[in-house]
Formats: sequence, structure tokens, C-alpha cells
Amino acid sequence: MSEKVSWFKRIRGGITTSTREKKEAPEGLWYKCPSCKHIVDTNDNAIHLWVCQKCNHHQRIGSAEYFGILFDEGKFKEVNANLVSADPLNFSDTQKYTERLAASEKKTGLKDAISTATGKIEGVETMVACMDFTFIGGSMGAVVGEKISRAIDCCIKKKTPLIIISKSGGARMMEAAHSLMQMAKTSVKLAQLSKAKIPYISLITDPTTGGVTASFAMLGDLNIAEPGALIGFAGPRVVRETIGKDLPKDFQTSEFLLEHGFLDFIVERKNLKSRLAQTLKFFAA
Amino acid sequence: MTFLDFEKPIQELWEQLDKAKQTHEKGKVDMSTTIADLENKIQETRKEIYSNLTPWQKVQVSRHPERPYVLAYMNAMTYNTFQELHGDRSVKDDKAMIGGFGSIDGKTFMLIGQQKGINTKMRQYRNFGMANPEGYRKALRLMKLAEKFNKPIVTLIDTPGAHPGLEAEERGQGEAIARNLLEMSQLTVPVICIVIGEGASGGALGIGIGDKVLMLEHTWYSVISPESCSSILWRSWDFKEQAATALKLTAENMLEQKLIDGIIKEPIGGAHVNQEESFQNVKKEILKQVAKLEKIEADKRIEARIEKFSSMGVFVEG
Repeated sequence: MSEKVSWFKRIRGGITTSTREKKEAPEGLWYKCPSCKHIVDTNDNAIHLWVCQKCNHHQRIGSAEYFGILFDEGKFKEVNANLVSADPLNFSDTQKYTERLAASEKKTGLKDAISTATGKIEGVETMVACMDFTFIGGSMGAVVGEKISRAIDCCIKKKTPLIIISKSGGARMMEAAHSLMQMAKTSVKLAQLSKAKIPYISLITDPTTGGVTASFAMLGDLNIAEPGALIGFAGPRVVRETIGKDLPKDFQTSEFLLEHGFLDFIVERKNLKSRLAQTLKFFAA
Repeated sequence: MTFLDFEKPIQELWEQLDKAKQTHEKGKVDMSTTIADLENKIQETRKEIYSNLTPWQKVQVSRHPERPYVLAYMNAMTYNTFQELHGDRSVKDDKAMIGGFGSIDGKTFMLIGQQKGINTKMRQYRNFGMANPEGYRKALRLMKLAEKFNKPIVTLIDTPGAHPGLEAEERGQGEAIARNLLEMSQLTVPVICIVIGEGASGGALGIGIGDKVLMLEHTWYSVISPESCSSILWRSWDFKEQAATALKLTAENMLEQKLIDGIIKEPIGGAHVNQEESFQNVKKEILKQVAKLEKIEADKRIEARIEKFSSMGVFVEG
């Protein structure tokens, strides 16, 4: 044979070994970008708002970090912090739902997958509801629905704009139809907010799928997203199984959604606060 | 007749009945008493089995291949006056979501629902009752049309879910469903939603925001199908029965949890055993509910609709 023919073609670059044994540094000191493998000091990482300085990968962060980034001097007042799930179905699969909840609370220090807080963003009084993916995949159950519902009531009463930062795998299976109905609940409440002509900005972050995409995340007066976030209704694995072939490279990314007309704009985290503040002022002035 | 696995005793009696009828028809032996006996027995056995169905068995009944689908209800209830209206005016006509005007006892309704195919060829044509974004957008277009001319809306829900395809994602499946949830809460006309088969997740809810949400006796409504739930939480397809029980997805469960407003009885043995009776049951219920709803002012009706969905979900305030 005159030329070598390779039998297998590598589709994606770099073999990724994510096993714990392969970690090169003790946890807490160094951070390795999951995208480009660049290693940085965790303090530097935080200073750069958990965005890789080499490849611009926006890491997943939680409500505490977003509140810190957005609110003036990091000052805010959390509301309805003590709502917890009631396990209405006495749900149990391989593990009891109550045990899952307890384990999640212990791991994250959070009571559920969303926190709601009020504070000032460049002087504009704003309600921010932010999801936490670390709490059972950011899944939406009754607590998420109720906290959003109460936040909306508060926004209508005080005429403050609403920002919801979505980051969720969708509805929480362990609350079955109760969690399905949270899609209805949040959407009908948003209809009320819309009627009251209070602005609602939906900030969609990595990852946002399922029932959250199919309810409040897509219902903003403005829908915006961080770069490179996974956003979709069906998860990519399900879509791949349905169509039986590989998905386009940028499928279900923020950039893909912007191109298809479902986002108003994409904002980098370093500009997030100033862009949101400017946008809130557009509505107010 | 197609029999489900738990209907074996009925199937055996049915076969005996068939033989008895054949013998009788040949004219040699008078089998009329045997036939009557067997018919009684079949009815009793049906009653016995169908009053003790497990959640998973109800899921099976809801998917029975002979069960009447949405279009059959639409045609029967309107005495074939149903006029289908096509297209979302933007992309295409979704064959999995159908809708149009129909007259029920002289009164005009907007009827909308997911249609499953009645045979192999049609199942593909109807995409197994899994709508794309344009289906949800067509549904909304028709609802707005009904609102404009003050006609009540009835949605009939029967879907294994919204279609999880590539084009569906490109055209915003999530946005299409979300938009319907918001817009349906504001419709000024009465809205009645009835689960007549499968009520799977957001795909079902996308036409499910109504003043009255009802379920037929042997249907299910939940956030996920028992099979998918099993595969995700148990990491195996083998726990669908447990998943069906854990999800509390039957009409009875849903009413207990106050997530629906009522249950419509099915003929003994399921809707497919006596389709005409099923159509009449659903029609009667629609007329009854709409008469009540029309007495309420539009603003009050919208307020009550929002209040109902806003109060769903159980939590503890610690």
C-alpha cells in the first residue's frame, strides 16, 4: 500500500481522564480548567470570576458567587430562605428522596436549588433568583416554584425588576407531577408580572435543560446567556439517540440559540454586572 | 381484539365465546345459554380486573392499540362537523398536533389535541403523537382564534412527550411550550383540558393550562414516563412498575394530590371496549363544565385559573 489508512478517526481532541487518582494537585490550591486543562491558582480563578483566562470557559458557579458578582458591594438580603421540600409522594427509588435532600443540604449548605435575594445593582433595586446546579442537579421542585412565585409577588408589589439566573437539569423527578406543575406555576405567575409591566430578564447559564427551559428560562422580556452554555429542551444524549447520528459541534450552545433567534444577546461574565445594570436602566429611564 | 398481559382470563373466556358462537351459527347445537353465560362472565371478569389495576397496568391501558385517539373523539363528539385547521403560519403543519372548530350539540368549540397514528404507517405520519414546536405554536394560534371569537377551548391530551429532535431544538421546543403555558393562563374564554391517554411531561402540559383539567379513568399524567424514570433513577429499564407506582401518576393519585380537577369514568374494561360510550362520557362532561364556566366572568375565571396553578406544590416553611 502506498499510503497509510487509519481505521479509526478521532472526532474529539485529547483523551480526558477525569478519575480522581489522576489529579495532580490537592484540592483547594489549584484549579484546572475542564475545557483547556490550563491550571491556575484558585484565588486568581476567583478574581477572574471563575472564567478561564486562556480559553474563556465559563465555569459553573452558584448563587453565592452570582450574588457577589451582581449586587453592589456584595450586599443583599435573601428572602424566603427557609422553604424546604416536603416529599409529598414519600418518594423512594434506589434512595429515599428525604435522604437525597439531606445529603444535598450537607454537601452544599443550601436548602434547595434556588436562592432569591434583593439588593442594588449599580443602584437599581432588583430581585435576583439564582439556581444552584450542585443541589440535585438544580432540579425544579415545589420549593423552586414557590420561591419564584413569591419573588414575582414581591416584584409586583414593590415594582422592582426581576432577574432569574437559570442553571438546571429540569423538573425534579422525585416530586413527579408536583414538579411538572411548577412549570405551569412559574409561567402563570410570569404572565401576571408581564401584565404589571415589570421587566424580567432571564439569564441562562450552563447547563439549562428540560422543564426549566420549557418554562421561565425562555419567558424573559429579554433572554440572555453566558457564552458556551448548554441550553436545550431535550438533553443532547436523548436527541442523539432520537436522530441516530452525531450532533453538530455547537448544537444547543448559547451561540446556537442566539443564531436561531432565541436569545437577545450573549454576555461574558466580566461584563455581566455592567450590561445588566445598563439594561435595567433602559427599562427604567 | 388485542389483550394486554394481565387480561389473560378475559382472553380465555373470549376464545371460548368465539367457539361457542361458531358452533351456534353452524346450527347443530343451541348454545345461546352458554353464550349468555360467557358474556356475563367476561363482563364480571373485566369488572374484577379493571377495579384493581396497578399503576403500571393503567399505563398499559392508556397505550392500548385499540384505544380511541384524539381525532376519533373530535369526530364523534361533533357528529363529524369537525373542521381541521392547519399550520402555525410560520414553519409548517405539525401532523402530531391537530385542531379546529367543531359543533357539539349546536355549540361551537375549538378542539385541539395530540394525534397518534392508528396503524404503522399513520404512526410515523403522526410522529407517534410527539409534537414539534410548530405544533405547540399552531395550538396557540388556534386558541387565540377561539378567544377572538369567544369560543370555548377543549384540549385533548395524548402524548408520550414533545419530540426530542434536532429540528425541534433548533426551532425552540422549550420556548414554544413555555409560551403556551404563559399565554393559556391569560385566555379570556373557558379552557377545558382532558387527558384521554398519555400525559407525558412538558409535551402534555404545553396544551394543559385550563380552568378544568380532567383525566379519563385509565390514563396517566406525570413529569416523565415510568420507563424513562426507571432508566434514570434505577439506571435500568427493568423498574418501570416500581417507577409507575412511585410517580403516583394515575388519575386517582392526581386527584388526591389536587393536581387535577376531576376524573371521567371509562366503560368497564377501558375506553376501547366501548368507544361510543367513551365519546359520550367525554362530551357530557365537556358540556357540563362549559355551562358552569360560562357563568363566571372572564376576569374571575382567569384569576381562578392562575390561583389554581399558583397554589400547586407542597413545601415546608421551617
